[in-house]
Amino acid sequence: MLALTYSPQTRLHRLSAAIKLICLCAITSALFILPMDWSNLVLGGLALGLYAAMGHAFFRAGLRTLYGLWPFVVVLGLWHGWQGDWNAGALIIVRLITAVAFANLVTMTTPLQDMIECLLRLLQPLRRFGLNPHAVSLAIAMMIRFIPVFLARADQLKMAHRARSHRSGRWRIIFPLALGMLDDADTVAEALRARGGIIPKD
Amino acid sequence: MEKATVHIALFAALIAALGLIPKLMLTSGVPITAQSMGIMMAGTILGAKRGTAAVTLFVALTLAGLPLLSGGRGGLGVLAGPSVGFVIGFPIAAWATGWIMERLHKLPVSFAAGIAAMLGGIVILYIPGVAGMALMLDKSLSQAALLVTPFLPGDVIKAVITAILTQAIFVARPASVFSRSQTSL
Repeated sequence: MLALTYSPQTRLHRLSAAIKLICLCAITSALFILPMDWSNLVLGGLALGLYAAMGHAFFRAGLRTLYGLWPFVVVLGLWHGWQGDWNAGALIIVRLITAVAFANLVTMTTPLQDMIECLLRLLQPLRRFGLNPHAVSLAIAMMIRFIPVFLARADQLKMAHRARSHRSGRWRIIFPLALGMLDDADTVAEALRARGGIIPKD
Repeated sequence: MEKATVHIALFAALIAALGLIPKLMLTSGVPITAQSMGIMMAGTILGAKRGTAAVTLFVALTLAGLPLLSGGRGGLGVLAGPSVGFVIGFPIAAWATGWIMERLHKLPVSFAAGIAAMLGGIVILYIPGVAGMALMLDKSLSQAALLVTPFLPGDVIKAVITAILTQAIFVARPASVFSRSQTSL
């Protein structure tokens, strides 16, 4: 499982995750509170500048992460083009891309581990409401581990089906897949309990 | 405790795995993804509390930087994009689905799951979804609603599949359908 972090280290990688997240909140709020005019273009320019300052390869990788927005750009373009309101359309597109670009910048320069640590720290106050941080970190680790198990089991069932039939299994594997995984979950829970279980909250 | 935690992790992984399934194209040319079916299943099988926990776990890890949303999206950019309302709405939808499922305990599992998935996984999910899209694209609510209507038929199909699967799992592994089981964990 590949995270979205950009692996060569940049200057932004060294900044703490908390600082980056606070800056991101401030910039995004500004983007949506400020009236939609030149301020959007200035912030858009700032985003562009930050990506460019991290080097050519980083800039290209950053552009690739924005590629997924194209359907919305098309819809907005058609909509405002149809209403003859090009200016507003262009500003909304700039605001959208700028907001996503800043957020992606933080994601690209912050390792998943730092992000999860930040998340667990934010959850600390919820201990009072019965949340067990040990259970949360265990659930995070187990979820990440379960994904490849899921995919491998689906492949296995598909191959087993193909061995018995000339058609591929497709939807027929869904039910055995679900049952197998539920049984696995019970086994894992028993194994955890047999090894002492999850550490209690306090 | 252990069993609940493992099942929460399992359903979070299920939602992620469903996002990796290639998209199907409806005849109208709108792509449908299996991911929101995972949200419905979390509600109908795990119930309100655990279902919400599973979906919240999935959303949190996606925002932290795992590209688990269908189409390989992820990271904080999702919160700034037009589909922010749907992502924030996922845990709410799971909670609503589970809550309705638990309220309908007198109905047969398949009907209860179908109704819960339609109301929670579609009606409730679309409220923040449409609002988020209206905000991000600077459109009115009705205009934003127009943009998401092509996805409705696919979501109805997913709710029906959720009902069938929940019923089948209830028959085979009644203890795993927490929304119906009496024993506390």
